[in-house]
Amino acid sequence: METVTLLEWLFDGLLALGLLWLAWRALTCSDLIKAIVLFITFGLLMALAWVRLDAPDVALAEAAIGAGITGALLLAALARLRASETSGQGAGHGERKGGTLRCPRWLSMVVVLPVAAGLGSVVWSLPPDTGGLREQVAANLETSGASNPVTAVLLNFRGYDTLLEMIVLLLALLGSWSFGGAVVRHEVEPGGILDTLARFLTPLLILVAAYLLWSGAHAPGGAFQAGAVLGAAGVLLLLAGWRHRTGRVTLPVRLALVVGAGAFAAMAALLFVVEGQLLKYPPTQAGILILILEIAATVSIGITLTALFLGGKPRKEKESQ
Amino acid sequence: MNAALLYALAGVGLFSLGLYALIVYTHLLRKILALNVMGNGVFMVLVALARRGGTSQPDAVPHAMVITGIVVAVSATALALTLMVRVAGATGRAELDDDQRESS
Repeated sequence: METVTLLEWLFDGLLALGLLWLAWRALTCSDLIKAIVLFITFGLLMALAWVRLDAPDVALAEAAIGAGITGALLLAALARLRASETSGQGAGHGERKGGTLRCPRWLSMVVVLPVAAGLGSVVWSLPPDTGGLREQVAANLETSGASNPVTAVLLNFRGYDTLLEMIVLLLALLGSWSFGGAVVRHEVEPGGILDTLARFLTPLLILVAAYLLWSGAHAPGGAFQAGAVLGAAGVLLLLAGWRHRTGRVTLPVRLALVVGAGAFAAMAALLFVVEGQLLKYPPTQAGILILILEIAATVSIGITLTALFLGGKPRKEKESQ
Repeated sequence: MNAALLYALAGVGLFSLGLYALIVYTHLLRKILALNVMGNGVFMVLVALARRGGTSQPDAVPHAMVITGIVVAVSATALALTLMVRVAGATGRAELDDDQRESS
């Protein structure tokens, strides 16, 4: 018993130090590509830390989004940045890698160190055990329509958070689209390995997403994790050179983008009329209503993340000239 | 001191590292990375505090908030990256720095 706890302490300590070291290296190393790769590694280690903290739902979300989609977004943006810098507009300026402000570093330290010390002492002095909302969640789990407490909180107890989140996702996409279009073209032919891998992995990822969605009611998983996996499948397809034939945002795509927020808003309005309260499900129908919302949210999250990867509203090459 | 406190303090450390890098570095991509590290620090504090007391069932509410936060963070990051590419396209560099006025 004693050695197990010692090992656990060793593991936790190394993991915490490793996270801090990776974050430091990702933020300070002079090569931006290296920084992004370090950041992706950091995300994977974060997922491990979530598992250690008994948060498997968060670990799944982190592994799919924090380490997967964010990394793909960062690398794609860096490639676009390099392309715009070499296209002539930026000639003469050049990029000073890892440039820092002229203000001395000790001045920044004067700002950061008190913040760190203050936060640290507050966290240190928190009361060791407060029940939090554990009991309330456990007491109402029966009537929530899901036996996984995290899903119950996300879709039922704090359903309005998720409603607003779907709107945030939609707003982020609209914001990204309003800065001009991304030309849709076949830049490079994918190699045979990537092509074959995408063909095998895409159906598998869709299956995994469906499983995560279904199991979210009673086990770790749910709409966000499923949506993220769906988004990863979309990114993989884009990387493998798949493009929509028309190069336009077609009506089904638009519908898929808004179905999450739309279904949530419609459900909220309906339940407000029927039950007299926003997103208050009748206990007997809660399970099926939550599942409907989760399916809509999964589709929207997946398609939105894929669309965000394109970095702008898709349009034809002709229109850009 | 228990493991939850260790992770909570590591979260504070991540937040501070991110804040320092956000102030010091001028390249926008690095600022976006720094913001993400700060966010991860906040998430870590939240999830670590959900496990205080070491009972078998951690508090699900902070977990749900962190999952929401992760999705919001990725959409904000995507928007920020689009803005960064546009800034680079308009000014020729993806940096915000002191001597921009002198050089142009």
